[in-house]
Amino acid sequence: MILRRTQYELARRVVGPTLLRLEAWQKARARSGRGPRGGPFGPPLESTRKLKELLSLHYLAGRYADGAVPVAWVTSGFPVELLRPLGFHAVYPENHAAMCGVQRIVPELSDAVEQQGYSRDLCSYARTDLGSVVTGKTPAGRLPRPDLLCCCTNICQTVLYWYKALAAHFQVPLVLVDTPYVYGEVRAHDLPYVRAQLEELVAVAERVAGRRVDPEELRAVTVRAREGSRLWGECLATSRARPAPWTGFDGFFHMAPIVALRGGEECNAYYRLLRDELQDRVKRGIGGIREERHRLLWDNLPMWFAVRELSTLLAERGFNFACTSYTNAWAEAGVQVDPADPYGSAARAYTHVILNQDLSNRLGILRRLAREYSCDGAVLHSDRSCKPYSIGQVDLRERLARELSVKVLLLDADHSDPRAWAAEPGENRLTAFMESFG
Amino acid sequence: MSAAAPGGAAALGLDAGSTTLKAVAIDAAGRILARRVEPSHPRIGEQAERLLAALRAEVGGEPPVGATGYGRKRVAAGRALTEITCHARGAFALAGRPGVLLDMGGQDTKVIRVGPGGEVQDFAMNDKCAAGTGRFLEVILARLHVPLAEVAEQAARAARPVTVSSTCTVFAESEVISLLASGEPLEGIVKGLHAALASRTAAMVRGAGEGELLMSGGVALNAAMVAALAEALGRPVRVLPEPQLAGALGAALAVLGRSG
Ligand code: SF4
Repeated sequence: MILRRTQYELARRVVGPTLLRLEAWQKARARSGRGPRGGPFGPPLESTRKLKELLSLHYLAGRYADGAVPVAWVTSGFPVELLRPLGFHAVYPENHAAMCGVQRIVPELSDAVEQQGYSRDLCSYARTDLGSVVTGKTPAGRLPRPDLLCCCTNICQTVLYWYKALAAHFQVPLVLVDTPYVYGEVRAHDLPYVRAQLEELVAVAERVAGRRVDPEELRAVTVRAREGSRLWGECLATSRARPAPWTGFDGFFHMAPIVALRGGEECNAYYRLLRDELQDRVKRGIGGIREERHRLLWDNLPMWFAVRELSTLLAERGFNFACTSYTNAWAEAGVQVDPADPYGSAARAYTHVILNQDLSNRLGILRRLAREYSCDGAVLHSDRSCKPYSIGQVDLRERLARELSVKVLLLDADHSDPRAWAAEPGENRLTAFMESFG
Repeated sequence: MSAAAPGGAAALGLDAGSTTLKAVAIDAAGRILARRVEPSHPRIGEQAERLLAALRAEVGGEPPVGATGYGRKRVAAGRALTEITCHARGAFALAGRPGVLLDMGGQDTKVIRVGPGGEVQDFAMNDKCAAGTGRFLEVILARLHVPLAEVAEQAARAARPVTVSSTCTVFAESEVISLLASGEPLEGIVKGLHAALASRTAAMVRGAGEGELLMSGGVALNAAMVAALAEALGRPVRVLPEPQLAGALGAALAVLGRSG
């Protein structure tokens, strides 16, 4: 235990950073002579280096986390603030699956579980994660074994069955937070119901961690989580400027800390750095793309495996995603947590995430974003995997187009399984959509 | 329309589709002077160059080329645009007014709301599989040994359509085989196939709203399909003159910088 703990801390604080710097130096040498990201894009963000370092460290430390500290695997919409004071190392299977999506290894991992009888109609994140568990394959080197599984149904019901499968595999406790769906307004009895579950979950987490939550520490984590979300919101808000200082696709990558490291000081320090850089670019008129002619809104998860291709296709024609409902979700929920009432405020915040809200609320969010970011069009990614995000988009498309007089495209794809994306016809549609702007 | 006097051609337009290659030469007024239509070969770039060379030989000169369709990137062209933009422009030029354009081609079915300047106001396309496209009819009719030339007559002869529930090309194929095996008449099945496809397409067309319904693409040459669509939609379908050429015409107009 002590040895393991030492390894974990060394990876996080001492050896990890040195290794990463060495790697960065080697890469920079290999790259020298090649120019930075060019073409239709603006100069690359300096902060990206720090982002990579932060995430690599997180995954590197993760390799040594089990046995050193308690490990929880959590869904992206889980109130992780309640676990942090207990010293949990939190693993986000969705975040990890996105990484697998970028590296295009999802088909291979998915095949492994499809052979076990899981359907390809399941969310590709679930297939990826379960595939990684059964094959041991991961771009992170190794994922630590969980001591606790934490699942919140505010994003979908898939996570419930997915985490049950994980619980059966790892034979560890599963805590479930069930958040009633919000139709219009939340009902009076919903929040106490959620809150009671949060209290129960902390009791279980305390047993697993072998210690009690220190209320002071919980308050401090809540303050940091709220601050982190606020800072992330400030980063996103810089794109209200013309030109937007980064691309919406950049945002998909830079959101990783607010998802996976929320509540920690390193997350906030990172977003201060990023915000300052973005604000500076705004002041100097530096855009994420060289020539911003049109600004779009993106709804739903990105297509992780094709982010580069799509952003280039768009940027070459002067299109940028000034905002995305997905990255925005993490700026909206977290700011509602309140150190004065960590449980009650978490119940409220996590019940109101975008995927737990009905269509008219979602329409309201899209409408507001499109206005605030002066978008003249929207692309609604109809994600084969993410049914809760994609359902209702035909109506959303029609309403958005009518009420805001903007052009809206529905694009069929998947967030991480490239087999559900027909690149040629898909890019053709996107191109036709851009041509229709004249 | 016959070949123009040498020098009369202002632009060439090429529509390199998944099933057919179409090319036109137009004069400065946008009139079609010459045309070529051929089934697509796998070596689409070479085929396109050959077709364009034939057109050049016919109309003379070296007019600029506009290209569209899936193979557009494999052709040296002054301007390459998607078939959605080009069909809208071509249809607008052929119809002389805006409307809702239904283009049914080999691999795509598109519904385009064409604005008063020939521009695309909105569009929708079939899902990424071939269900509900020209390819669907082609495959199933070939399986039934019904030549395209006889389709309309067969469908018209049917006393009633036999219900074909699937528009998935693969499933429909086995469905029609079992319908035949159970003694259903061939004409009725042919009519039923068209009705199934029309009902699927009608849903897309309705989503595009009101306006005169124009039709282009190779499937527009199939009178049985046009009749089935008119029936499913309860509104007239106006087939554009030379419906297969709308995309190529639009591409040629685009290189001239004209919308219609
Ligand atoms: S279905 Fe959607 S919300 Fe649920 S895990 Fe998959 S991507 Fe996330």
